Amino acid sequence: MRHTTRRGLAVASTVAIASLALAACSSSESEEEPTTSASGTTEDFEPLTSVSLQLQWLPQAQFAGYYVALDQGYFEEEGFTDVEIIPSGGDIVPQDALVAGDVDFAVAWVPKVLGTLEATGVELTDIAQVFHSSGTLQVAWADSGIESVADFEGKRIGSWGFGNEWEIFAAMAAEGLDSTTVEITTQDFSMNALLDGDVDAAQAMTYNEWAQVLEVVNPETGELYQPEDFTVISYEDTEGAMLQDAIWADTARLESDPAYADAAVRFLKAITKGWLYARDNPEDAAAIVYDYAVNAELAYPVGPTHQLWMMNETNKLIWTGDDFGVIDSAAWDKTVAGALSATNQDGLNLITTEPADSAYSNEYIEAALAALEEEGVDVSGDYTEIDVTLTEGGQ
Amino acid sequence: MRGAKGLGWGILGVLSLILLWEGYKLVGPAEGVVVGDDGSAGSGTILLPRTHERAMPHVWDMAARLFESTSGGDSPPLIVSVANAALLTLGIAALGLVIGVTVGMALGLVMQRWRLAEWGLLPWIIVSQTVPLIAFAPVINSIGNQIDRGGTPWPQWLSVAVIASYLAFFPVAVGALRGLESPDRIHLDLMKSYAAGYRTTLLKLRLPASVPHLLPALRLGAANAVLGVVVAEVSIGMRGGLGRMLIQLAGQASGDPAAPWGPIFGSVVLGLIAAGSIAVLGVGLKKYRRGEASA
Repeated sequence: MRHTTRRGLAVASTVAIASLALAACSSSESEEEPTTSASGTTEDFEPLTSVSLQLQWLPQAQFAGYYVALDQGYFEEEGFTDVEIIPSGGDIVPQDALVAGDVDFAVAWVPKVLGTLEATGVELTDIAQVFHSSGTLQVAWADSGIESVADFEGKRIGSWGFGNEWEIFAAMAAEGLDSTTVEITTQDFSMNALLDGDVDAAQAMTYNEWAQVLEVVNPETGELYQPEDFTVISYEDTEGAMLQDAIWADTARLESDPAYADAAVRFLKAITKGWLYARDNPEDAAAIVYDYAVNAELAYPVGPTHQLWMMNETNKLIWTGDDFGVIDSAAWDKTVAGALSATNQDGLNLITTEPADSAYSNEYIEAALAALEEEGVDVSGDYTEIDVTLTEGGQ
Repeated sequence: MRGAKGLGWGILGVLSLILLWEGYKLVGPAEGVVVGDDGSAGSGTILLPRTHERAMPHVWDMAARLFESTSGGDSPPLIVSVANAALLTLGIAALGLVIGVTVGMALGLVMQRWRLAEWGLLPWIIVSQTVPLIAFAPVINSIGNQIDRGGTPWPQWLSVAVIASYLAFFPVAVGALRGLESPDRIHLDLMKSYAAGYRTTLLKLRLPASVPHLLPALRLGAANAVLGVVVAEVSIGMRGGLGRMLIQLAGQASGDPAAPWGPIFGSVVLGLIAAGSIAVLGVGLKKYRRGEASA
């Protein structure tokens, strides 16, 4: 019986060590009582000092601005002492977490949220449109004969599903194509479906999966696949283009809680500074995210060159010449029109009526940009693309 | 001698697995064998799997990958990341097993003591296992989150342990019931003739007699706990363990096909540790193991 005692102790100590380690990890997010605000407002509310942001995916350069703001102390400068950025591996739907009150702000694609708003009747507001253009691609082999969306009929088209497929259907609807002729195959997050010929055209983001394809060695040449080996259809060039990464806030709370509305503006100021930093220092920003992902978030991101590629491509989607985060009503209307016209392979619609006017507002981002300009931060300027040479596996 | 022989068989088993893998990779067609293919993408049924580098990396590439850095840059070697993740998963699985064994034993005792409880509980215990884990895990997670938000700390790993215990308790409950009911009538009558009460009968007769039934049940429970933790980590998105690591590396498998095999090997090792620890327990309980059915 001595054996069992010893084993019991071993189990107990393993558990104890694990729980101690985990407790140590979580204690860094200690709850602090709201004290005084750094911005020194005189209004009759206690400014929020603790906010959380729900991401729609794992920590990677797509979210660089938020991690940079954390790393460079931009949140502290705006009076936040405790900011939590919560990644998702697909297990958390950002808009659902926001509706449930688990987080204060969420990053999500506009069409996905529009679907949720109509399906559940809740109200959320897009307070900053981080990505001004769509980063979705459909990638086919160069010899596949697929040159445009018009060639999709009767083909096997890959998509990740979960609301990522609506640009495909909106683009097809705009071409007058019958979406029920398309066979939509759910892709995993590798690009093997395309490389193995299981789909005719696979979905890819400019900043992530497209690079993953180009990080694979072509067995015929012994070198990495080249862009010429593929035909790339960019949804940004089609009528199906929809607005993607946006910052969402709880509409009712914005109206009823002045402290939350105030926090929204300060939060946007901080992330604007984060994204400006990422624009002007893409190498540093990519390194910061990579470091957060590997060390703080216990994630296993694709390597540093992949993150730099992603940083470069993400910047291209953000800095299109317009002011950071301001929602372009034409692009919004195009997204809504696409969402209304799209029917999926089963004949279902994403939304059937226009979203409420409260679904977007430029009030907060404009206030944030004005305040930044007043403080002497230059929010104008363009992004200068950098050259990123991909390596095998993105290492 | 027996140990050395066992080890020899174990090595032989691993070697033949490697030979089978590499042998098929050598002779199998790179694009596999597909029947009913009409030329369009994704048509037909794959009869034999693909053998190219992305589908079946060489065993030595998988081994070499273990010693390269996990995510490039200055991240630690894959084997270190796998070991760290495996330790966390093992710790949670151990907790899950402890909870599962406690609940399972308690249920077994209650059901043995009162026949009415057995009639009432056993069907529910069996039905409980038909609920798919991926449907059940988010429910536990959201309950945990609500408790956590209510002020009582409820870390995510506790939810994972509870989910693992849900799988682990079942074989223990059933095994305990069968074991506790296993003593022969003649032995029970002997206890009765000694005027032994419930407690004495339990300690001197029923519990020792239940060991041959309990050990296979514990082996199942331990394996279930590891499996449950890995699946729960994936479905509720807990970071740091093997489950999440596997999913993330699999998403990068186009350019780095050997990497997901790191956490797969990690899970295999965990399974061996789980089964091995029950075997060690069995050695300690050797004298009660007469007539144990091999399982």
